[in-house]
Amino acid sequence: MQVDPRARFDNYVVGTANRLAVAAARNVAEAPGAIYNPLFIYSSSGLGKTHLIGAIGNHAMQRNPDLSVEYIALEDFVQQLHAAIASGEMDRFKQRYGRVDVLLVDDMQFLTGRRETQSELLRLLNSLQGSGRQIIMTSDRPPAEIADVDERLISRLSGGLIVDIGAPDFETRVAILREKCEERRISFAPGVLEELARVEFANVRELQGAMNRLNAHQSVDGTLSPAQVRSIVGLPDPAPPPARSSVATDEFFSFLTDISSAVAAQIEPWKVRIGEAIAYWGGEGYRTTPLDRMMSEVSAPENYEQLLRGYGQAVEQLRELERQVTTVDPALGGDERFRDPERLSEAMAFVENALAGAVPPGGPQPAFARGAFQESSSNQMAVRAADAVIAEPGHRYNPLFLVGPSGVGKTHLLNAIGNELASRLDPPARVACVGAQLFIDELIVALQEGTIERFRARYRAADALLIDDVQFVASKERTQEELFHVFNYFHAAGKQLVFASDMPPKAIDGLEDRLRSRFEGGLVAEVSLPDRALREKLYQRFLSDAKLDTPFDLIAYLADRPATSVREIMGTVQRLRAGVEVAGGALTLMVGRQVLEPSGMTPTHAPLTVRQAADSFFLDDEKIVWEWPDVAGRLVEELR
Amino acid sequence: MSLVNYATREITCKIVYYGPGRSGKTTNLHYIYGQVPEDRKGKMVSLATQTDRTLFFDFLPLDLGSISGFTTKFQLYTVPGQVYYQTTRRLVLQGADGVVFVADSQARQLEENIESFQDLHANLSDQGIDPRLMPLVVQYNKQDLPQDLILPVAELSDAINFRDVPEFSADALHGPGVFETLRGISEIVLRRLSTGGSAAAAASR
Repeated sequence: MQVDPRARFDNYVVGTANRLAVAAARNVAEAPGAIYNPLFIYSSSGLGKTHLIGAIGNHAMQRNPDLSVEYIALEDFVQQLHAAIASGEMDRFKQRYGRVDVLLVDDMQFLTGRRETQSELLRLLNSLQGSGRQIIMTSDRPPAEIADVDERLISRLSGGLIVDIGAPDFETRVAILREKCEERRISFAPGVLEELARVEFANVRELQGAMNRLNAHQSVDGTLSPAQVRSIVGLPDPAPPPARSSVATDEFFSFLTDISSAVAAQIEPWKVRIGEAIAYWGGEGYRTTPLDRMMSEVSAPENYEQLLRGYGQAVEQLRELERQVTTVDPALGGDERFRDPERLSEAMAFVENALAGAVPPGGPQPAFARGAFQESSSNQMAVRAADAVIAEPGHRYNPLFLVGPSGVGKTHLLNAIGNELASRLDPPARVACVGAQLFIDELIVALQEGTIERFRARYRAADALLIDDVQFVASKERTQEELFHVFNYFHAAGKQLVFASDMPPKAIDGLEDRLRSRFEGGLVAEVSLPDRALREKLYQRFLSDAKLDTPFDLIAYLADRPATSVREIMGTVQRLRAGVEVAGGALTLMVGRQVLEPSGMTPTHAPLTVRQAADSFFLDDEKIVWEWPDVAGRLVEELR
Repeated sequence: MSLVNYATREITCKIVYYGPGRSGKTTNLHYIYGQVPEDRKGKMVSLATQTDRTLFFDFLPLDLGSISGFTTKFQLYTVPGQVYYQTTRRLVLQGADGVVFVADSQARQLEENIESFQDLHANLSDQGIDPRLMPLVVQYNKQDLPQDLILPVAELSDAINFRDVPEFSADALHGPGVFETLRGISEIVLRRLSTGGSAAAAASR
């Protein structure tokens, strides 16, 4: 709804009764969202609340025409809400109000008993306030006196500034009348307005009504005199104030004086302090059990000031925690735990859990079992280190940095460590085991959604962090920064960190020194290409896993064949299996040779050493000339 | 009932006027009521029988306004003096912060005074209250009557005030002694604030 353009600051008469409210309103209009958010204005009906908030809206728009300013009476808000619910367009409703820069809500007292409106409003206030938008509300009573309203909402409403507008005094009434006359180009005989202003009308509307009445009479009867005012407005002449029977009350006042000094002598300042604290925090909705306990002491506890401060700090912490948790889910904000300073630690754990979210970082893949990982001289150091980490996570090698070319089983070993850790610790440990790429992607999403706190908390909640392919963080500065913080957190907390990479930390280009040195601070363990012994074991196992025969000569033959990775060995086993299925019968050395060396050719493979050093691109038989006929002769010729 | 509530900044004080029938308890309250300025007057509630005797109790709320930042309210009650209103007396005594015992100074009423004073102690004990800890003052009312009808204060004191609590002579109908008595009991009650007597009450708020 549009703001009434007639409501402006320059036609709002300021008097003692509304000076504070107007000052606050001006401040808010100058810089919406910066101070006094929300601003809550209350007064009895007809004293100019609606005018004042209208003036805020108009002034704010005048200063910055781009601002979206929305005025709405609570009743209309309720209607729109109901309509939105009825038509299933709640999202649109939320979007609409979520975009408003300055929201002016009139007549908040109608919230009484409207639970769904209250919860919707609470959500809206949270989201608007969270994004620095200004909210201004009016009511005919202070928030705490609006009956049957959710405490959380009351505390939200009371969270900014609450100002009241009193009934205008005589001078203000005169000023208002003059302003109105000017506005409507009416003139009265001197003294008429003053006489009218002497009548103590309960509100400005009645005052205005009386003036209208005078004006109507004047247009019929001609110019009025001040003496006629009261009779036209329908009021008797002021009676002389009743005389007070002063003699009779002397005794009472002397009694009162004595009682006053008796009370003053008995009031204990420390109890007053604690009482104030109880009233204040109790009013804010916090449990005051520790304060109540102090209050029941006979004499002032020695350190009561300290205890009071401690209580205040605990409440501040609770507020901060509540703020944090509402960034994740506003509905969690009202939790009972945020109201009891004695349950601070519970609240902290609650927030940590909530921030960690329902979705913890991915865990290790159960398929990679430690038992299925074959140890040999080529990976011995890494496997021993992994076992040490499993036995004493966080103590022996922290971090453990596994290095090795692709396909040698780093991921398997990393996940195996994760699986072992997850099952060994008691209570079962939460092991975060993710690829670096996922870590990066999640970070980007978190940055985009502004949920970075949650992102961190999710990871921090884990008992061990395992990151695969950590070389991917190279040249990603923001990720490295986050990883650096997460690393430090885990390291300081004695939680295990394991990384896997295809190159050692010092060889990763674009890795910041602070991370590099940290990666190298534990143990960098190499997982090399499978050696013959490992190949033999692997063929043995993979073939029996595939339910194929494992004749000794075949295994020996296979183990002699070079392999650049465990994956390649698995591939070979697959080929053998396919070959056996085609040929039928048992797997023998003959069958193996036929499958692996089609058309009975001699091995097309180059000597082992060459192949090991070469990149896979160069292994393509079609592109490489492996056989150089008479190469010795050529060399001699060259030398000559 | 709590006497002082630091959290809500309120002092509430319940004082019960106790004594034999027709000793002038209600008259005390009426006099006080008459002295309270209009703007502070609560409504005095009096439930009287047809013969103008107190049937249930009188209740006079006294709003003393804000004292040292505390909203101070006194509640003055009377009990029906007649022997057969025992239950009512006990009810009214509940939660009292102080008791004014109004004795009838007439010589022929001495027995009733003593009986009622004992009755007060018995009723307090029955409610689990140690009568010695209950703030108490004694008022010898009707001292304006002809000397041959009444006993002198010293004699009454010997007969009734065996606990030696503060005592006041009074003429409740015309006023002398009424506010002195109220002041006396109020000061004792208020003094208990700091001795811890009220702490438990404040905590059990």
